[in-house]
Amino acid sequence: MTNLWLYFSSPKTFYPLAGKLIPVFSLLAIILIAIGLYMGFAVAPTDYKQGDSYRIIYIHVAAAWMSMFIYVVMAGWAAVGMIWNTKLSDMMAGSLAPTGAMFAFVALWTGALWGKPTWGTYWVWDARLTSELILLFLYVGFIALRSAIDDPRRAARASAVLAVVGVINVPIIYFSVRWWNTLHQGASVSPEMAPKMAATMLWAMFVMAMAFWMYTIAVVLARVRSEILERESSTEWVREILARQR
Amino acid sequence: MGEVSLITALRTVVAREITLAMRRRTDVFTTLFFFIIAVTLFPLGVGPDIEVLRTIAPGVIWVAALLASMLALSRLFSSDFQDGTLEQLLLAPHPLSLLVLGKVFAHWLLTGVPLVVLSPLLGMQLGLDAQAIGLLMGTLLLGTPILSLIGAVGAALTLGVRGGGVLISLLVLPLYVPVLIFGAGAVDAQAKAVEFGAWLYLLGAFLVMTIVFAPFAAAAALRISVE
Amino acid sequence: MQWASWSDFWAMGGYAFFVWGSYGVTAALMIAEVILVVRRRRATLEQLARAARMEKGQRNESSQ
Repeated sequence: MTNLWLYFSSPKTFYPLAGKLIPVFSLLAIILIAIGLYMGFAVAPTDYKQGDSYRIIYIHVAAAWMSMFIYVVMAGWAAVGMIWNTKLSDMMAGSLAPTGAMFAFVALWTGALWGKPTWGTYWVWDARLTSELILLFLYVGFIALRSAIDDPRRAARASAVLAVVGVINVPIIYFSVRWWNTLHQGASVSPEMAPKMAATMLWAMFVMAMAFWMYTIAVVLARVRSEILERESSTEWVREILARQR
Repeated sequence: MGEVSLITALRTVVAREITLAMRRRTDVFTTLFFFIIAVTLFPLGVGPDIEVLRTIAPGVIWVAALLASMLALSRLFSSDFQDGTLEQLLLAPHPLSLLVLGKVFAHWLLTGVPLVVLSPLLGMQLGLDAQAIGLLMGTLLLGTPILSLIGAVGAALTLGVRGGGVLISLLVLPLYVPVLIFGAGAVDAQAKAVEFGAWLYLLGAFLVMTIVFAPFAAAAALRISVE
Repeated sequence: MQWASWSDFWAMGGYAFFVWGSYGVTAALMIAEVILVVRRRRATLEQLARAARMEKGQRNESSQ
């Protein structure tokens, strides 16, 4: 098992493997998005309280989940890179960040558009929305640090430290924002009062989350492949690939 | 040359830092005046209504303290990096994380403590009563070391990076959120006559946690930056 | 089926702006990300190929 792991953690063997996996995950993402949209729009009934505006949650909740998962996975890869000093894990961490930031933004954007018809305002200083915003800031800091350092190795290792520090802080930030929210109770309405959902709605949400996972894997693998080519450009096997491309 | 004990090494690091700062006193005063000016701007923007000012005072003073302590961060390691002292620290037989802790402690004495000492003046300006001011000083005393510690990680990561000054704020400010919430929250809770002890405990727990973890992260970041 | 007609579907019970605003922006961002990733791959391949050609040219010059 360890040998297999080591085998695929070398860029040389990972590059062709990723190339084969990308079409698979892309196809899965497209199929799952189609199923999720069909379930969410055609099968799931209109909510008796919120009307059809609730249909935003299929992407809102899935995007919010993804933004958090991706940060944890990113920090996990960063930690692996720091401990075992493997090249591939650095590249993984760096390639996950843009997609995570995108999903954090999507969660905020769809949350605002859901909030307007539901609570009557685009933005509420609610614990979840606020911590999602701070999560977006953390992603932006990670990406900014990575692009500010020219040497790719140093960039990867420095951003790895930041990701690990960030992931230790994420739960503290989340709970502090929650407590802050309870201290300042008053005008705000909490989304925790969302009505109980029907099973079809839950399933549609779950399928959309899976679809976003597949999408993320496909995009991240593609990004890692470019990164591998750039960083390993002086090796023999990359030259061979380049020769074959023409 | 004999072995230098860890205590001596730490004392030397702290003493050196303070001597250097005393030679260039403007750095310390810049931070302090930034703090005063930033807080003074709020009444000018919000209006002189003392009731309004009193309600926003804890938040305003805390945000100003956050920004002021961040101003001094980029200098924490940069001069040592340029004159080669940092490499000597890396080569020292003592654990780098402890030496970093010594440096951060000195940095806090020079930038954090003055903020704590000055805060009653600003608290009175914004109409806080004696009890609130005492609590404000207490939270700042517990909170400013956290700012220096987390800031040290950011400073070490951005060492020698172009645009490091702006970048450091981007990295560090989101991580300051819990300190701001706990610190301003305690004073705010006291004003609303709610139990405020829990906020102080949380702030203290967060301080202990950063003292344990931040020096390691900062040391790791320094090794990456200097290498 | 939940919808009587296509126009009914597009109206989203009066919430068209919010629902399609959310789905539209999400779809646009995801498609944009895919395009960026594909373009980056092309740019990388092109750049590496150019570097390889230059190196080859230099080697030929020096051998002559």
